[in-house]
Amino acid sequence: MAINIKKLANEPELLASGHRACVGCTGTTILRQVLRASGPNTVVSFATGCMEVVTTIYPYTAWRVPYIHNAFENSAATISGVETAYRALLKKGKINKKINFIAFGGDGGTYDIGLQSLSGALERGHNFLYICYDNEAYMNTGIQRSGATPRGAATSTTPAGKVIPGKPQKRKDLTAIIAGHHIPYVAQASPHNFIDLMKKVQKALSIDGPAFMNVLMPCPRGWRFPEPEGIDIARHAVETCFWPLYEVENGVYKINYIPKKKEPLENWLKRQGRFKHLFTTQNRHIIDELQAEVDKDWEELKNRAGVE
Amino acid sequence: MAKNLLALTGNDAGAYAVKQVQPDVAAVFPITPQTELMHKVAEYVADGVIDTELITVESEHSAMSATVGAAAGGARTFTATAANGFALMWEIVYIASSLRLPIVMALINRALSAPINIHGDHSDSMGGRDTGWVQLYSEGAQEVYDNIIQAYRIAEHKDVLLPVMATFDGFIISHTTEIVDTLTDEVVRKFVGEYKPAYSLLDIDHPITVGPLDLYDWYFEHKRSQIEATKHAKRVILEVADEFYKLTGRRYGYFDDYRVDDAEAVIVVLGSAAGTTKCVVDKMRKDGKKVGVLKLRVFRPFPAEELADALKDVPVVGVLDRAVSFGGWGGPVFNELRSAMYNLERRPEVVNYYYGLGGRDINTEQIEETFNTLLEIAETGKVKERFGYIGLRE
Repeated sequence: MAINIKKLANEPELLASGHRACVGCTGTTILRQVLRASGPNTVVSFATGCMEVVTTIYPYTAWRVPYIHNAFENSAATISGVETAYRALLKKGKINKKINFIAFGGDGGTYDIGLQSLSGALERGHNFLYICYDNEAYMNTGIQRSGATPRGAATSTTPAGKVIPGKPQKRKDLTAIIAGHHIPYVAQASPHNFIDLMKKVQKALSIDGPAFMNVLMPCPRGWRFPEPEGIDIARHAVETCFWPLYEVENGVYKINYIPKKKEPLENWLKRQGRFKHLFTTQNRHIIDELQAEVDKDWEELKNRAGVE
Repeated sequence: MAKNLLALTGNDAGAYAVKQVQPDVAAVFPITPQTELMHKVAEYVADGVIDTELITVESEHSAMSATVGAAAGGARTFTATAANGFALMWEIVYIASSLRLPIVMALINRALSAPINIHGDHSDSMGGRDTGWVQLYSEGAQEVYDNIIQAYRIAEHKDVLLPVMATFDGFIISHTTEIVDTLTDEVVRKFVGEYKPAYSLLDIDHPITVGPLDLYDWYFEHKRSQIEATKHAKRVILEVADEFYKLTGRRYGYFDDYRVDDAEAVIVVLGSAAGTTKCVVDKMRKDGKKVGVLKLRVFRPFPAEELADALKDVPVVGVLDRAVSFGGWGGPVFNELRSAMYNLERRPEVVNYYYGLGGRDINTEQIEETFNTLLEIAETGKVKERFGYIGLRE
């Protein structure tokens, strides 16, 4: 699937400026990339979270496509209702347009509280795309740990304490969990590689049935890095293989980008204040553990994709 | 009028109404004693009797979430639940009314856990009395059928746009077969009419934002408009009832007062126990005792003025509550009814009884005994016990 960037760049912006995202937020960048790829015939459902809060402060809305926010844990269930209404009204001839359905949720709303509703909607086979914007913690409520927070990261509920240095547990592999639903399309993407991300959105929307994308969303407030660096931090995460770009299409794994030389994870961690406390003699072992986990996961992914 | 009489359980009667309304979308999740209602709806769909799209969700929370999505997408919707299922969907129940979505739900009354109990009491719906939904209670299968059909007209009225729950007692009504006088599919479909929402997420050329962040600068005004909508609902409930009467000869209002006019003691009750109480009233009237019963059909919006007016000449009122307001001053019906009578020139004595929790049976002897206590209060002017229990081991 080819993307005509020139043409897409001239399409009207579907997420209006004037929203209230933080300086340096990569979330709204992701939203704009997704909407550029989906086009205007798209209905969006949103879980409670940063992107919901900053785009719809009544009486204003940044959304130029139909949008619904229901609650925190039910973005997928909500879009499943809208999509079912669409099929019902299509059948009755009350609607005749092709409409895309995209549900968004942050990592809190997807990895944690919304996992059940997402799993149910995927299993039921609704024709929709779910996009998780993964900033690896509950950023909207003040940087609390989630199931997506990496081991060792300092958050408000896993602070870098004298006894417990950040989050003790490994993050869960949500993309793999979703792939376990054997839906037609599952992918990981990053906003730094926007062509890859937009291609994946278009592919996901062209497929009949449920699709899922997990998109890394560096957060300057939560990860503690200078505001201009978000997109480069995302690129860097991909270079370390901490966030591989890959897709699972009808069960077939494909890695979309293989770094020529895997960047040491340490170099990526060093750029983020949330990992600062790991760079001490006492905590150094956590960096080694993280590196070992990334290496193991990367090898497993390569095996699944049949890459040497 | 030619009658089309069917033998239906309460659940079957509900499903039959749903079949005739033929909503666009219905969300399905099992919980006793609601399951049979949705089984029947699923059968109608599987056999192609209706073209309703079912969403077979993984929880009640998702049932209400998907129903909200479907209703915001301009579909006519239905779902059903009970007790813990209702408790699980609670968050979204409040959102449904606040987003002004005209969803219709059957709530088959069942006691809330713990201890776990599958039988009928009103702890579920009474717990949800402030969620912004219209609440219609049913005495039997006929009322289940009639209320669900009327619910669509009330919910979808342009001045209302609020969800409506039609409730009925678990097992006592849901699993009891009664004779139900039904309308034809065509008549029901004509009565509910075609659903044409003013706004829809699927009106892709006119994008709307549903459910924005609404802080202290606007939230209050939006709640006020919701309050006004519930006032409109009060008017519309009667308008719809009038139309329904012309169609069926069955008259509905906020409540049904039976032999109340010259009564010295009246029991106020809702749901299935109203029928039992009527029997007792007839028997006691034969014995020359002036008793009556007021069956409350609409608990939300609460018909305060009308109730006060209906009971203003009654010396003693006994309110039967099938749900506890723990730590409150009496049960929910007692509390609201007594407050409604505060401005009457001559206030009746009002006493309160808890009964039937967890599906505990209430029988004619117990009701007669309760009436006798009320008559004694009427005679002596003395209230020995403001709050009592019926059918409880001490």
